[in-house]
Amino acid sequence: MSAPILWIVIPIISGMGIFILRRWYRLSVLLGTALTLLLSLLAWLLPINELIIFGPWTIRIGERMTILGRQFILTNTDRPLLAILYLLAALWFASAYVAHAGRMYVPLGLIITGILTAVPAVDPFLYAALLLEVAALASVVLLNRPGQPVGRGTLRFLIFQTLGMPFLLFTGWLLTGVEASPSELDLVNRAAILLGFGFAFWLAIFPFYTWMPMLAEEVHPYSAGFVFLLMPFVVMLFGLGFLDRYAWLRGIEQLDTLLQIAGVMMVLTGGILAAFQHHLGRILGFAMMVEIGKAILSISLPAGLPLFFAMILPRASALAVWCLALSAIKPPANQTTPAGFSTIPDLRFNNINGLARRQPLVAGSVAIAHFSIAGMPILAGFPILLNLEYLLTGASPVIAFLTLLGTAGLFVGGLRSLAEFLRDSGTDANGWQFKERGAVVVFLIIGVIFILMLGLFPQVFLPPLATLTQTFERLPVLP
Amino acid sequence: MIPDWLLPISVGLVSLSSIGLLLNLDWRWSITILGLQYIGVFLLVSPAWEIELVATILVSGWMAGAVLGVTMSSISAAQPQEIRTGISERIFRLIAAGLVALVLISAVPKSESWFVQINPASRWGGFILIGMGFLHLGLTNNPLRVTLGLLTILSGFEIIYAEIESSTLVAGLLAIINLGLALVCAYLLIAPALEEAP
Repeated sequence: MSAPILWIVIPIISGMGIFILRRWYRLSVLLGTALTLLLSLLAWLLPINELIIFGPWTIRIGERMTILGRQFILTNTDRPLLAILYLLAALWFASAYVAHAGRMYVPLGLIITGILTAVPAVDPFLYAALLLEVAALASVVLLNRPGQPVGRGTLRFLIFQTLGMPFLLFTGWLLTGVEASPSELDLVNRAAILLGFGFAFWLAIFPFYTWMPMLAEEVHPYSAGFVFLLMPFVVMLFGLGFLDRYAWLRGIEQLDTLLQIAGVMMVLTGGILAAFQHHLGRILGFAMMVEIGKAILSISLPAGLPLFFAMILPRASALAVWCLALSAIKPPANQTTPAGFSTIPDLRFNNINGLARRQPLVAGSVAIAHFSIAGMPILAGFPILLNLEYLLTGASPVIAFLTLLGTAGLFVGGLRSLAEFLRDSGTDANGWQFKERGAVVVFLIIGVIFILMLGLFPQVFLPPLATLTQTFERLPVLP
Repeated sequence: MIPDWLLPISVGLVSLSSIGLLLNLDWRWSITILGLQYIGVFLLVSPAWEIELVATILVSGWMAGAVLGVTMSSISAAQPQEIRTGISERIFRLIAAGLVALVLISAVPKSESWFVQINPASRWGGFILIGMGFLHLGLTNNPLRVTLGLLTILSGFEIIYAEIESSTLVAGLLAIINLGLALVCAYLLIAPALEEAP
């Protein structure tokens, strides 16, 4: 048994197996959640490449697997990363049934998680670009449910993710030349340009961001949320891998400035545009742009790497609550709604007037998740925004101010959503009611409590995430 | 090993096929032209890779075409719709292709400084496919046309990348991606007609 078999091959094969069992929806969700939780627990407990004694038995989990002459390597330093990846997947699978995410959600989610786990493991690491493309292809099927016509957002997602791959593979080839002669400025510039284009396509960096709001508007929010959470996170890990491996790249003087400009453009564009939207799905897409921007900004800072990893839990919890609540507002067309429950055609503002009077817990959860990502005090996103602003002010007060402006835009978007939720549409003669399904309420309450706990006690939850920095040994981690 | 005189013919083949894909919106012709395009790609990659490895490109490309063809024939049987192209649209597309060709004529000779070790035929073939593929993507929102555009861009990339990388894993993954794109397109085309149980 080797670590890549355990954390890459088994999830992919299990995903295929669960795909066959998708007829039994609840069973497939249960199996997927249990497996991902188990894999997360194993990553936390089992050392790699060391003897493990179970009573009379001893086993050793090797760190290598060879496929077609190339190796996949997972070492002890990757274990925190594996634990968090599978924990996030478990978090998303657990409420898939309640969110009506679809019968293909868990099997495809497992396959995607397995492929994304292979990204930091493959050697030479540049081949990860091909694996990311394979994950993107699987994501398209996850996003586009049966019975639903393909939207422009899905097609743009497919196009941009596919276009990113060749740029990164060419960069890898140029990098071998740069390593041989790092003083050749022409070569360094070419590699940096190709690298920049590749990541701009993958991370929806301005001006390639259009697919994010379109996708969030068109597809099931829970599917969009899964892709928004995992894909950019793993792409950024791949980017950190570049910085970790190539000293010349870390040595580029303008790199921090370039990353800060890219990051602040994302925060500013996403935040300002979120303030002017009339569709809850599109607001979610723009909020994710802000999150990607904040993550890029944290990478650009000398002491920002622990912050980058600490961001993942507040983002995941807020995103999960947000997407689950949006799924509850507008169930898929093929779901039967219980008597007394109203169905709405889409998540435009004019359809959600007075939602808080019919589904107060769902509407409240959307607002809390939104304000958490906008960095409102006592919610999960606040300690992150506070730290980021503190570090940014030291590096560049202008960037810090613009970041604050972007998050303020997102905050305004949240206030507008809240105003629509509370507006009296004149059709609710019965006054305030609770027309929410019990299972949804349970998951939402757990999620909201977790968001509050993260906001109130960040010192308990966030420091362990900072240990993920050990995956990148050569990147500076200032105290 | 293929004779050198075949390389310029291959460049001509991929040029004509990529323009043909752009001009012809009938799916039967498009998939036939895609098959021909993969023969050109096969010929352009063969000086760099061993024949067994190059065969993966040809086979995966043809399989991708077969997947698209079978899907389109099943959809057409259910919904007999054909996209008709007017003469003015074809002229517009031809002019757009001409503009891309002008850009390529000025850019490809200069690309030698970027891609020193890549032979000129591969550079021409690769960049023509990439350029026409981008143009194709810019002119459509149809899943089939988008997939044809992406397959064209990836073919161009494969021609250039084959000169610098000959790993079996890369060849395998690129074949998986080509086939995966076709399968995803097939799914997107038939998804509206599928029904998911609640």
